[in-house]
Amino acid sequence: MTPDYTSSEMMIVAASRTLRGARTVFVGVGLPNIACNLARHTIAPDLELIYESGVYGAQPARLPLSIGDPTLVTGALSVIPMGDLFGYYLQGGWVGAALLGGAQIDRHGNLNTTVIGEYDSPKVRLPGSGGACEIAINARSTLIIMRLSQRAFVERLDFLTSPGYLEGGTSRAGRYMPGAGPMQVITDKALFSFFNDDREMQIDALYPGVSIDEVTAEIGWPIRQHESIFEVDPPTDDEIRIIRTILDPEGTVTGRLA
Amino acid sequence: MHDAIAEYVRDGLSVAIEGFTAFICFAAGHEIIRQGRRNLTLIRMTPDLIYDQMIAAGVASKLVFSYLGNPGVGSLHCVRRAIEKGIPAPLEIEEYSHYGMIGRYTAGAMKLPFFPLRSYTGSDLPRMNRQISLVQSPYSEERIAVVPPINPDVAIIHAQRADAEGNTQLWGLLGIQKEAAFAARKVIVVVEEIVDQSIIRADPNRTLIPGLIVNAVVHEPFGCHPSYVQGYYDRDNAFYLAWDGISRDQQKTEDWLQEWVFDVKDRSAYLEKLGKDVLSRLDPGDAPTGSLNYGAYT
Repeated sequence: MTPDYTSSEMMIVAASRTLRGARTVFVGVGLPNIACNLARHTIAPDLELIYESGVYGAQPARLPLSIGDPTLVTGALSVIPMGDLFGYYLQGGWVGAALLGGAQIDRHGNLNTTVIGEYDSPKVRLPGSGGACEIAINARSTLIIMRLSQRAFVERLDFLTSPGYLEGGTSRAGRYMPGAGPMQVITDKALFSFFNDDREMQIDALYPGVSIDEVTAEIGWPIRQHESIFEVDPPTDDEIRIIRTILDPEGTVTGRLA
Repeated sequence: MHDAIAEYVRDGLSVAIEGFTAFICFAAGHEIIRQGRRNLTLIRMTPDLIYDQMIAAGVASKLVFSYLGNPGVGSLHCVRRAIEKGIPAPLEIEEYSHYGMIGRYTAGAMKLPFFPLRSYTGSDLPRMNRQISLVQSPYSEERIAVVPPINPDVAIIHAQRADAEGNTQLWGLLGIQKEAAFAARKVIVVVEEIVDQSIIRADPNRTLIPGLIVNAVVHEPFGCHPSYVQGYYDRDNAFYLAWDGISRDQQKTEDWLQEWVFDVKDRSAYLEKLGKDVLSRLDPGDAPTGSLNYGAYT
């Protein structure tokens, strides 16, 4: 049976559910933006959205066109210089969770958003850090949202832009990195965590109708599996309704089933 | 605008057109292209379409930045072409994270030798950019990242309004405009409206940049199109999407520059060419602030 939701909608729903009860979240535009707003409408009504452009407590009336969209300002609790945002809110320890993505991720949750190929002679020049490097270090925890693919889940990063668990194990400790690191990786097929001594990515859960082989085939190293992998609940009618009627009525980000 | 650019933006200087992903002064960027500047060092946290256009036009030899993208759309193809293929000319790059750039402007504005921040630990960025260092705190065991000050030769800041002396009020995303202006050697402010000083004095909390540090005030309504100005106009998102196609091809890009920059005399001509329909489409609607009382204290 073909489910009546898209893989993007499943990703959004899965990401929003990880924010249950959260107080603050550092948000980007696109899919993470919809996930956080969905959480605000469902399981985290007290959630305040923080955008790196200097906005605390945003309630965007439309899907923001970019991180600089004035819709983030109108109706927000506070708008401040970016130095205050990164200094007081992020470095000051007030960001509970943050959503990050990247072109490449390795088994310890380190991210590359800088370059494919050599830095000095790039095959593909990517956007760079933006705020991701300091977010990865200072947010109390991070959630990584990426689509599964061999090109993205790699044995070795071409460039380490934003640190996850570095070399794994306790390698974040003693390096003055206040945040705990990545809690979860949310993909279009499965959920992963790092809850083991090596701080190595492991499959925790599969989306409905996805087989373990479909997941392992997209990962560039022998991926660990949790001893009891569970199946994620599909999106509820309520979650789908909020996404389609309130958050992304034109299907700009989520796409729609043909 | 012509005179301000001619006076302050000379070949070989470093220029920061700031406004974080909003308040982007395309009018100033286009005037710099029209005047044929060369070998500029362009500084901007998010280079956006304006630096994509300026780099395609060959005005820059170096770019200092923290996030290189067409925000909400995709890549900056002209910047990528310059970095990946050296077209139209090789481009030196120097990159930081956002907080690193904020720290550089802040140290530049405060005349400090460096700015400490908790970032870069474990990242490859310090290996590629030797300006980023990790130093020992004098007060604890902590090793902390530091970045050097940046002092652009010229900062260009767009805002809603200023008086004739350049006392500039901005509301909406404050970004790093204040820091960039105080860090710069010369400051050009570009505004939607020039207002009487009594308007500024009636709401002093809203003044971001004092006339004290401003060298030129330019009145240029819609000077940020296709970017946004809070309360005045929306982003022309259709153009941001169209640029993704135009900018993939150097010839198409040059044709666009010819038509929309070189063949228009100034911003007024640009707006006339754009047409009233586009501008009215970008009206953001109303969300007025409540008024408040500062008190007379006579």
